[in-house]
Amino acid sequence: MNHIISVLVENKSGVLAKISGLFSRRGFNIESLAVGPTDDEKIARITIVVNMDEDSVEQVTKQLHKLINVLKIQKLDPDYSVQRELVLVKVNSENKNRAEILEIANIFRANVVDVTKNSIMLELTGAGTKINAFEELLKPYGILEVVGTGMIACGRGKKT
Amino acid sequence: MGKINGSQMLLKCLVSEGVEYIFGYPGGKVIPIYDAIYDEKKIKHVLVRHEQCAAHAADGYARATGRTGVCMATSGPGGTNLVTGIANAYMDSVPIVAITGQVSTVEIGTDSFQEADITGITDPITKHNYLIKHVKDLPNVIKEAFYIASSGRPGPVLVDIPIDVQNALIDEQIKGEINLPGYKPTVRGNLKQIKEAAKKIHQSTKPVIFSGGGVIASNASSLLKEFVEYAKIPVITTLLGKGSYPENKELSIGMAGMHGTRYANMAFVETDLIIGIGVRFDDRITGKLSEFAKNAEVIHIDVDPAEIGKNVKVNIPVVGDAKSVLGDLIVEYKKINEEKGKADFSEWIDMIADWKKKFPVYYDKNSNLLKPGFILETLQELTKGEAIICTEVGQNQMWAAQYCKTLEPRTFISSGGLGTMGFGLPASIGAQFGRPDKMVFDIAGDGSIQMISQEFATAVSNNLPIKIILLNNGNLGLVKQWQELFYNERYSETCIRGCVDFVKLVEAYGGIGFRVKEKKDVEKTIKEAMSINNLVLIDFWIDPDENVFPMVAPGSPISEMLDHKQVKK
Repeated sequence: MNHIISVLVENKSGVLAKISGLFSRRGFNIESLAVGPTDDEKIARITIVVNMDEDSVEQVTKQLHKLINVLKIQKLDPDYSVQRELVLVKVNSENKNRAEILEIANIFRANVVDVTKNSIMLELTGAGTKINAFEELLKPYGILEVVGTGMIACGRGKKT
Repeated sequence: MGKINGSQMLLKCLVSEGVEYIFGYPGGKVIPIYDAIYDEKKIKHVLVRHEQCAAHAADGYARATGRTGVCMATSGPGGTNLVTGIANAYMDSVPIVAITGQVSTVEIGTDSFQEADITGITDPITKHNYLIKHVKDLPNVIKEAFYIASSGRPGPVLVDIPIDVQNALIDEQIKGEINLPGYKPTVRGNLKQIKEAAKKIHQSTKPVIFSGGGVIASNASSLLKEFVEYAKIPVITTLLGKGSYPENKELSIGMAGMHGTRYANMAFVETDLIIGIGVRFDDRITGKLSEFAKNAEVIHIDVDPAEIGKNVKVNIPVVGDAKSVLGDLIVEYKKINEEKGKADFSEWIDMIADWKKKFPVYYDKNSNLLKPGFILETLQELTKGEAIICTEVGQNQMWAAQYCKTLEPRTFISSGGLGTMGFGLPASIGAQFGRPDKMVFDIAGDGSIQMISQEFATAVSNNLPIKIILLNNGNLGLVKQWQELFYNERYSETCIRGCVDFVKLVEAYGGIGFRVKEKKDVEKTIKEAMSINNLVLIDFWIDPDENVFPMVAPGSPISEMLDHKQVKK
């Protein structure tokens, strides 16, 4: 089962390596990992998606807590949090099918960010399932490249 | 205001942390620090002969004294040679601070001469590490390093200092401060949980206390003794827990696990409640995990929440420092006994006493061959259990654990988690510096001692009267034992007989050597060694076929122990 772990860390060099290293040496696989700034420049947030059972999540959370640079860990409940990913999808496109592709983009509210005479790049934001569906529909045209951010997530309500 | 350089500031910080000794080895990228050491009056630098031993010596010093040990090495190979020692301290939760030199900040990342990413390398084996990029950070880092190493669950911290930082100037008045928003170890245990624990103990019929290295690390042994003496609950220990409760007492059941006593393992099978304190339920203790202590509920007291529930299912977790929690537990347990009547475990204690009589640790007392059990029992008698016993790793270590009754905390020093051959002698060096009032013995094997025999020089040149009890069987004995029992006696690469004259070897370094081949010479030679104020090695030619029993075969439940009778050919 997928779990979303949101980790606030001190924004110092080497911290990301300490965190990713901990996952690999304890034998836990990371599905996705996204690092970004917070409202405090000294603090960064790392959002990690892992696929594991409850016991393992508990163990990995405890181990993360032991890292000196880790300030706070939240396990986000998928039902009470907003999850987003951003992907850039580059697709084969020529005059004859460009309109079809734009129609798909429209339905998904994706933005066109680059067009050439034989390709088109679309930007889509959403949860994982939406992105998967989008990619499925674009496959017949020939996907040239997909670049994703990995999931970020934020708990609903005022609580931080 | 006066300026000093980073190296001088480092030593100033170490002095203010109360450091007495640095175990180290100089090299190109720590010359500025060694230049500052040249003028330092308050700290003694102990020159080892290999950096690995600097880390082990700092480790032995820390275990013997409870204070944080310090080791130092240069960049590159100096740092990588520390790695085994750091990993060893990490596995056994020993507070050491390792200081390494590094190439200058502008050279980092260019594969320059003697450059190694030592913070990257030691990430998995340190509690925390630092690369100091600006001299202004140095006082804070050193302060934090000592705090992190010694608080909560102790462990090694590495501080990597580039050579330009060692040379950079800094205001000499600056004092270090701790700023660790993400580090707040829990000391006090949750009182509700402790009350639950007290209630559970009172309701149990066959409880055991399972005491580990954490009890010693938190200096909780006297409280453990108070608790045991009030509650009358028998105590099993781990290897690192030896000495947390005196092993000569009736309620001590000794060490459990793969080479533990049969009665300790039987107690685990029978018990209905394990009160684990400062233990991590390691596989060498539990044997086959699914079969471990099936009849028991578990109270687990540990300062590291990640240990609780990691290996065994826990009914009542208590996160906190052993000393603090034991203090609260004694109060709560007394209350409940006063309310509901004193819990009586005497039947259970009798049962264990009976097992102790039936299944003592055994060696053939009638044999004419020199048995390690005989040597170590003699040593025990002569030292009255008052010496510090360090061990190497292997059969020598397990025999020492079985035959040396440890009476006080911090007097049995052994590499538990990592099982590092070559730990014992450097650890003895650290222990002897830390405890000059104590006689220090290194129980060694002929395999382990050859990994670090260069440290004879460190011992002799510092006038350390360490006594090495070399149990020489010409084999890498514990591996040979496995080959004998589980690999059809195919002794692949485990015979090392006849290569080295250990008496000559120690004498080459200026120490004193004896050789003992017969039982009658054991007592008088140990006595003589004890009277010599120098490094002494006694080369005991023991029965090469003697194995460590009892033994739980790997992957078996601890109820299934092999002993000498089952495997005698």
